[in-house]
Amino acid sequence: MTDAPTAPTPPGPGPATGRPLVVLQGVNKHYGSLHVLRDIDLTVDEREVVVLIGPSGSGKSTLCRTINRLETIESGSITLDGQPLPEEGKALARLRAEVGMVFQSFNLFAHKTVLDNVTLAPIKVRKRGKAEAEKRARELLDRVGLADQANKFPAQLSGGQQQRVAIARSLAMDPKLMLFDEPTSALDPEMINEVLEVMRSLAAEGMTMIVVTHEMGFARSAANRVVFMADGQIVESRPPAEFFDSPQSARARDFLSKILHH
Amino acid sequence: MNVLFDNWDTYWEGFLGTLKLTGVSAALALVLGVLVAACRVSPVAPMRMFGAVWVNVLRNTPLTLLFFAVVLGLPRFGIVLPFFVFAVLALGCYTSAFICEAVRAGINTVPTGQGEAARSLGMTFGQTLGLIVLPQAFRSVIPPIGSTLIALAKNSAIAGSFSVVELLGTYRTLSELGFNIVWTFVWIAVGYLIITLSISAVFAYLEKHWEVAR
Ligand SMILES: Nc1ncnc2c1ncn2[C@@H]1O[C@H](COP(=O)(O)OP(=O)(O)O)[C@@H](O)[C@H]1O
Ligand SMILES: [Mg+2]
Repeated sequence: MTDAPTAPTPPGPGPATGRPLVVLQGVNKHYGSLHVLRDIDLTVDEREVVVLIGPSGSGKSTLCRTINRLETIESGSITLDGQPLPEEGKALARLRAEVGMVFQSFNLFAHKTVLDNVTLAPIKVRKRGKAEAEKRARELLDRVGLADQANKFPAQLSGGQQQRVAIARSLAMDPKLMLFDEPTSALDPEMINEVLEVMRSLAAEGMTMIVVTHEMGFARSAANRVVFMADGQIVESRPPAEFFDSPQSARARDFLSKILHH
Repeated sequence: MNVLFDNWDTYWEGFLGTLKLTGVSAALALVLGVLVAACRVSPVAPMRMFGAVWVNVLRNTPLTLLFFAVVLGLPRFGIVLPFFVFAVLALGCYTSAFICEAVRAGINTVPTGQGEAARSLGMTFGQTLGLIVLPQAFRSVIPPIGSTLIALAKNSAIAGSFSVVELLGTYRTLSELGFNIVWTFVWIAVGYLIITLSISAVFAYLEKHWEVAR
């Protein structure tokens, strides 16, 4: 496990269970006069890996962030495991503890060591003992190939290492669902794979994942489904092979031709 | 020199009065200031509203007027307290508005992603602020808080006009006794300098200390 990032590519995603974990119905959101999410309907099943793609500004990040209510919505409903997202407060905090989120800019706690980054929420939110939290944190850091970096501060790590710590930090909460918002977009090319490998292995283990990414190789090999968004709407939602080989909409064809031809 | 040594007890009492007023008011202002700053960045709109009203009313009222409001106003509601407590309330609340704004500016220097990451891990608003955001804002708020507390030490002189024993007020006793007014004020000024320079030194140390600690 120590060298997960360099291990051979695990097989693709397992089959989804068909039991809905996240359900969005008729979700709408505006930023001022900009209609960023238009009547979004999306169901993600347990153990399913969904890749969200689409042109910049199409609302992918916003959609991702509504699922743990970092962004509020104006109409429609979002349920997680059958429960509607609560209003701001303790109940929402409890729900967020079940949903991991990995950001483009890593957002590791700059004033905490790598180990403290991973143990903080289990101790403060899950009320686990320090020793237990540290043991688990070291296992997770080992899993993402960073066992030897535990006592460093985030600024001392490369981008790829920081992002792997961020994934370990989320996993330490034993989330039911992981959201990834362009996790490799801020990375130098040589570091992209080490992060994608960790994500592939998570997918193979059956983690439910929603991933915003421009990494088409990852989408093809690791996703059960590709959801293509444009102008705040879901335009296509199909298995990756179908989507990439025969996109149905003109928007998707246009988008794919732009990103695949260079 | 004579003015000082002949009236050492009066000066000493006034000096201690100013020190006590400044210390107790500073403690109140720091606690209130951080709490009100928390209100101002809270996800709950009425809390934000309360924070904004608190800051804008207190910051934009002349301090002397605030003293009158507390000393004359509160007794009308049956709240009768020693003058020292009235003075601490006026000074502490007034200064809390400035502390709040310094803390809020510090909070704004912390990238929003830090708070988002904390919340997305299930931390409550209080945990996010207390464990993630404020510790990172701390260093940048040390200098403005230092300036605010120096202003507080000087503002405490107003309490002398409201029957509180403090340093500036000693001039009345001394001039009645016929002492040289220039020297009377020189020694009062020295007393204030001792207090304000000490505050500067403490905050310079804090700033340095937290810089080395990363
Ligand atoms: N906080 C915000 N305030 C105003 N407009 C925003 C905000 N966040 C995003 N937007 C706008 O909403 C649209 C969708 O943004 P986003 O969800 O980030 O798109 P994507 O992730 O697909 O690039 C963009 O036009 C963006 O400029
Ligand atoms: Mg985005």
